Amino acid sequence: MSNLAVLPIIIPLISGIILAFFHKKVTVSRWLTRILTIGNLGLVSYITWIVFNEGSIILETGGWEAPYGIILVADPLAITLVLTTNIVATACAFYASHSMNIKEETHYFYAFFFFLITGVSGAFLTGDLFNLFVFFEVLLMASYALIVLGGGKVQLRESIKYVLINLFSSVLFVTAVAFLYSVVGTVNMAHIAERVQEVDQKGILTTIAVLLFFVFATKAALFPLYYWMPKSYIVPNPVVSALFGALLTKVGIYSILRVFSLIFVYKLDLTHHAFIWFAGLSMIFGIIGALSTSNIKLIVAYNIIPAIGFIIMGIGVFNQDAMSGAVYYLVHDMIIKCALFLLVGTIAYVAGTSDLRKFSGLIHYYPVLGWLLFVSAFILAGVPPFSGFIGKLLLLKGALTNDEIVIVVLGLLSSLLILYSIMKIFIQGFWGEKDESFVKKPTKGFVGPVVFLLAFSVILGIGAEFIYPSIDTISTYLLDPEVYIDSVLKE
Amino acid sequence: MYKPNDLILRTTTSLIAFILLGFAIYLLLAGHNSPGGGFVGGLMTASAFVLMYMSYGIETVKKILPINFRTLIPIGLLIAVVTGVGSFAFNEPFLSHTFGYFTFPLFGEIELATAMLFDIGVYVTVLGVTMTIILTIANDQ
Repeated sequence: MSNLAVLPIIIPLISGIILAFFHKKVTVSRWLTRILTIGNLGLVSYITWIVFNEGSIILETGGWEAPYGIILVADPLAITLVLTTNIVATACAFYASHSMNIKEETHYFYAFFFFLITGVSGAFLTGDLFNLFVFFEVLLMASYALIVLGGGKVQLRESIKYVLINLFSSVLFVTAVAFLYSVVGTVNMAHIAERVQEVDQKGILTTIAVLLFFVFATKAALFPLYYWMPKSYIVPNPVVSALFGALLTKVGIYSILRVFSLIFVYKLDLTHHAFIWFAGLSMIFGIIGALSTSNIKLIVAYNIIPAIGFIIMGIGVFNQDAMSGAVYYLVHDMIIKCALFLLVGTIAYVAGTSDLRKFSGLIHYYPVLGWLLFVSAFILAGVPPFSGFIGKLLLLKGALTNDEIVIVVLGLLSSLLILYSIMKIFIQGFWGEKDESFVKKPTKGFVGPVVFLLAFSVILGIGAEFIYPSIDTISTYLLDPEVYIDSVLKE
Repeated sequence: MYKPNDLILRTTTSLIAFILLGFAIYLLLAGHNSPGGGFVGGLMTASAFVLMYMSYGIETVKKILPINFRTLIPIGLLIAVVTGVGSFAFNEPFLSHTFGYFTFPLFGEIELATAMLFDIGVYVTVLGVTMTIILTIANDQ
């Protein structure tokens, strides 16, 4: 019994409720949000330390034993992702007051912000498939409210698409859970895994696995189910885009990682091999999207798709190196995508437009902003000292061990083009003649959160020697479902 | 100008709304051992309020029920969450519930469960959400 596992869910929930009372008092809300996110980050760091030193924390809510009650599992993977979520949330909490206007802030922005964190943390920590669905809905409800906050015309249009596609995939999720329940008779993930193992994943179970993959791939914006994502991610406020880009698709990919490393691991040639194809196509189409546009926000939004491709490739290859790479890349990508969305949000704010053809020479006015973008392009593409490099190196090493030459070549080529797509913003937007008529806007407060996030990225890259053992622990753990099943069902 | 006379509607409303509210409380309390509970109880209360709004108009009912339904949502959520967190104080897992038998004058021995507090939280939240949705759409110009 340890209630520590539920605190990362409960604290944002209570924070959200409290901030719903104070929605009119902007100054109080801002400071309360900052204090609460930092407090939560500190607490989650402490829980992470405990999990890595003393083993997973398993909480049986209400005191009901594992297959009967809802259990929360704070294992190394889940708690690492919750920690990353809270790092992202802290940066966004400090950025929000600068990019939001008062009207948006008083319309319950901070309450929905915390509900989003509740949903994301809950989805990472739960050990129950139906509970995962509920937390998906919690985060999606909050995201519906956040995407339409402000009420712009484009926001209304894109939110309709966003709500429709997510509603559809949620309905499919419930259907898939119903199918699975009728076959195995349980919704507890450890218990499902045990029963699927007993029957050696017979035909119908693989069908359900594919259905679940379809659901999660829609949430994670994987090829060919990404069409709803890029445009709806760029219409809300930059801080909301950053939260979406960093957290929402990653919950989908985490679900795939969990379900296909714990439950459906007995027909690798059927399911996991197909993942490699989806990974390759995601890289190709994502990067084509990123190169095709001159809208800087859209470039970053399209860059989510190849990143998801890299992670799913790690799951598809399914050996020690590739899984380590997938986890490493997942953590790295959450942080860098948040930083990039905040950066392009700031650039679009100071330039007054997000069209790359309409501004240039910003480096004369904003050198800090320019070099931050330069560094984050390097981090994203995977240039050696930074965090993107180690994740990709492990992924490619894992793929080469399994002789997946095509995907390795594709991965390397797409990395090159990712670098080009971000460098394009730097070259066209920041280089060039000094525009004398340009009116400089103050960027106080915009840069701090970005620097905070990039610092984590740099530490993740330079301190790889220090962090890699933890990641290795996670991938060993993921490759052996027995550990999870035994720790949950206590056999 | 044509002015509708809705005397029958108003008279029956005052009676029906009263019965509906009583039934809603019954549903809320009965939830533990028979069909009912916080969700349907909250919906039933909301339907009683909506009936009052329909027959008497928004202005009149606002005078009788000076409640801001929007703040009911966080209040209800807070009640529900605090019920769950309350188990921390007794060093039990989150959401642990307990019950006991108490003797009251007039009623005799009654079983009281902490799950009821959670249900009240659900009740208040559902009432707040339903009324907020309906009144926001109704007030739209």
